[in-house]
Amino acid sequence: MTLDLARTVVGSELSERSLRGFVLGLPGVDAVGLEQRAAGLATRSIKTSSKKRALDTIVSLIDLTTLEGADTPGKVRSLVAKAVLPDPSDPSCPQVAAVCVYGDLAHVAVEALGAHHTASGGSIAVAAVATAFPSGRASMGVKLADTADAVAAGADEIDMVIDRGAFLSGRYGEVFDEIVAVKEACRRPDGTSAHLKVILETGELATYDNVRRASWLAILAGADFIKTSTGKVSPAATLPVTLLMLEVVRDWHRLTGELVGVKPAGGIRSSKDAVRYLVTVAETAGERWLDPHLFRFGASSLLNDVLLQRQKLATGHYSGADYVTID
Amino acid sequence: MTFLDYAPAPESRAILDLKPSYGLFIDGEFVDGHGEGFHTISPASEEAIAEIAAGDEHDVDLAVRAARRAYERVWSRMSGSDRGKYLFRIARLVQERARELAVAESLDNGKPIKESRDVDVPLVAAWFFYYAGWADKLDHAGLGPAPRALGVAGQIIPWNFPLLMLAWKIAPALAAGNTVVLKPAETTPLTALLFAEIVQQAGLPAGVVNIVTGAGETGRMLVNHPDVDKVAFTGSTAVGREIARAIAGTHKKVTLELGGKAANIVFDDAPIDQAIEGIVNGIFFNQGHVCCAGSRLLVQESVHEEVVDRLKARLSTLRLGDPLDKNTDIGAINSAEQLQRIRQLSDIGEAEGAERWSAECAIPDRGFWFAPTIFDNVSTSSRIAREEIFGPVLSVLTFRTPDEAIAKANNTPYGLSAGIWTDKGSRILAVADRLRAGVVWANTFNRFDPASPFGGYKESGYGREGGRHGLAAYLAPPAATPRRTAAGAERSIASRSASGGLENETSRADARTTISETPSADTDTRREGVTATRASRSSSKSASKKGSAK
Repeated sequence: MTLDLARTVVGSELSERSLRGFVLGLPGVDAVGLEQRAAGLATRSIKTSSKKRALDTIVSLIDLTTLEGADTPGKVRSLVAKAVLPDPSDPSCPQVAAVCVYGDLAHVAVEALGAHHTASGGSIAVAAVATAFPSGRASMGVKLADTADAVAAGADEIDMVIDRGAFLSGRYGEVFDEIVAVKEACRRPDGTSAHLKVILETGELATYDNVRRASWLAILAGADFIKTSTGKVSPAATLPVTLLMLEVVRDWHRLTGELVGVKPAGGIRSSKDAVRYLVTVAETAGERWLDPHLFRFGASSLLNDVLLQRQKLATGHYSGADYVTID
Repeated sequence: MTFLDYAPAPESRAILDLKPSYGLFIDGEFVDGHGEGFHTISPASEEAIAEIAAGDEHDVDLAVRAARRAYERVWSRMSGSDRGKYLFRIARLVQERARELAVAESLDNGKPIKESRDVDVPLVAAWFFYYAGWADKLDHAGLGPAPRALGVAGQIIPWNFPLLMLAWKIAPALAAGNTVVLKPAETTPLTALLFAEIVQQAGLPAGVVNIVTGAGETGRMLVNHPDVDKVAFTGSTAVGREIARAIAGTHKKVTLELGGKAANIVFDDAPIDQAIEGIVNGIFFNQGHVCCAGSRLLVQESVHEEVVDRLKARLSTLRLGDPLDKNTDIGAINSAEQLQRIRQLSDIGEAEGAERWSAECAIPDRGFWFAPTIFDNVSTSSRIAREEIFGPVLSVLTFRTPDEAIAKANNTPYGLSAGIWTDKGSRILAVADRLRAGVVWANTFNRFDPASPFGGYKESGYGREGGRHGLAAYLAPPAATPRRTAAGAERSIASRSASGGLENETSRADARTTISETPSADTDTRREGVTATRASRSSSKSASKKGSAK
């Protein structure tokens, strides 16, 4: 179905040539202007009632993440406990949107979430990274198996990486086809499908023009979300890159009426930073995007900073790192 | 309530320590004015902020005399490096008092605090830092060795960037060794008076900077004062003409920075999202109260619809309201008169058949406000495409080819600035080369830097401000007759101590005269657009000597 939209936008034939013509025909990005606009948005001053609302919104948009070689079932269970009850001292604190883990630990997260899992009527989803995360350097068969495996283990969302090598060497059709295939592998036996987040790894794409092209390719191929980074490459998410990706989903919506989400991941550690992202979302794509279905933060340490800020707003004074739990 | 209804985030006024009334700043002191005082009001609330003195003929004369005295006795004799020290000190004080100045500026002018805080005041400091660096390097300003200061500069500035225009005027004048009498705009005198406090704080010798507040009449007296050597004016073309007429035939040099009706040209291959930002910044920055505003959008027909749609969507996110709120994008119109003019021209635009569209925004009950407005399908003959509106009103015109864009862009009596939006570097260069505008921005708009000269073609005025060129407006090449000047004195001490400084001056000036029959001073004056005969020049010199002999 989604490819029908791609055909409407690109043309009846989705070939290497037509896709290349399309992405290279996109308007350019002026780096200075983009960064200037992002800096302008970052000067918004969010105070008092707006700040309180922003902090709660941030919590509800977090994909609480652990992606380490050293991850264990115990670590994942601890992360899940934090996701369910971010601030034990304040039950009014919203839950996070999802936990994000490696595919082999997805089943642990599903079990630990229990009734809180979206599949069991709760509100927290399980996201699993797949397709030879983070480098994406594996054959197609391995990537598809990786994806299918995670979906079978109960993952609701798959965070795939694009083949940056193919992209940078100009094989846009290959990148596109791979996303289409992974999207297919997200299908469950019952006909439903895990949501697909496509990681562009913008730090490796290097230019804003490339980020715009990769965003369009991913959306055309059926991405439910476009995501900035794996968190393993520096720079990870930046405000200008996220602004640019938000402009793409906004344009896609104008063109087709379809809604695609954006997920900046990596490097967003403070509430102050996260509030700037909220402002950028609301003033670029629209307030409608401030919803877990359309915007996420891929983060781990951000949550605790937000909790400290929430406590400060509630009590009037700062507590300290020992007044929030480590996960 | 939605997230986008940001809670109020007002900048505190507590930092301001305003006096209930301000006098004129003459000879290092605040003194009473003899004209009829007036109140300066906040255009956002119409509340009176402070009572301001008005200078009459006597006050202007006192100020010019003080400036002449300071010029003759102190400033022209001081070494360039010492003048630089004072300017550096002023720059640092501006930085130290930046928040206070920003709040005062927004209060008095109506511009959003984010602009006064992030644009105006930092640029003011930058201007003083920049020209402080030039003060001891005038030999390298490109005017030949040992250029002379002109003497007393009478400077008149507008209300759109009150403190920034003050910096544009005072910093180069002082660096070059002149002393100044400055008249701020009637509706925005506040920051100039705070600047006078900074001048005191910096210990600047008395009389080097004098500030005389008042209305147009006070400005006229300043322009016409016989002992003023240089007139620098920023403001409307009508007043600029009047000034040019008033000083014609006198020895006075003049710089005029007047109106504009800039074309912002968007080609179909432009970086579209950034172009939208640039269009917004071009015309809605400072409520469009910008002489170099990109008030005529020339957009290629093939992307016309897309650009206008995106522009409307973007304008809908602009926040109009309290200038002191940190989230305000569009502040108040500076005065009731200006609002009246904007309304009048907008109504004419509508009557002439252009499609009017305004962003929906709540207009506060008190104060002067005008919602960001676009006129689409404007014809080149329409008044809103030809006259400067000086408000948040954009006229959209289309073109088909680069040649047509250039022809339409140049088809205006003005020529202050222009913008080009395209991804193609070669096109930027080719088009910029053919635009008759003093400043051409490529893929950006309304960006200022002290190192970059600024000024106009045609009815936008003459002379340049900023950069090395800005110094030329306050310097003359070595005199044909020996005259002890700032740069000359310095030179004689610094590098020519072996031979007598004055003799040296003479011989060099003689060498110059032999090259050309035309005295260099006259050539220079003509370049500035005013014909002055050699006779009038020398007679004025004796006049100025008379003025100072007391």
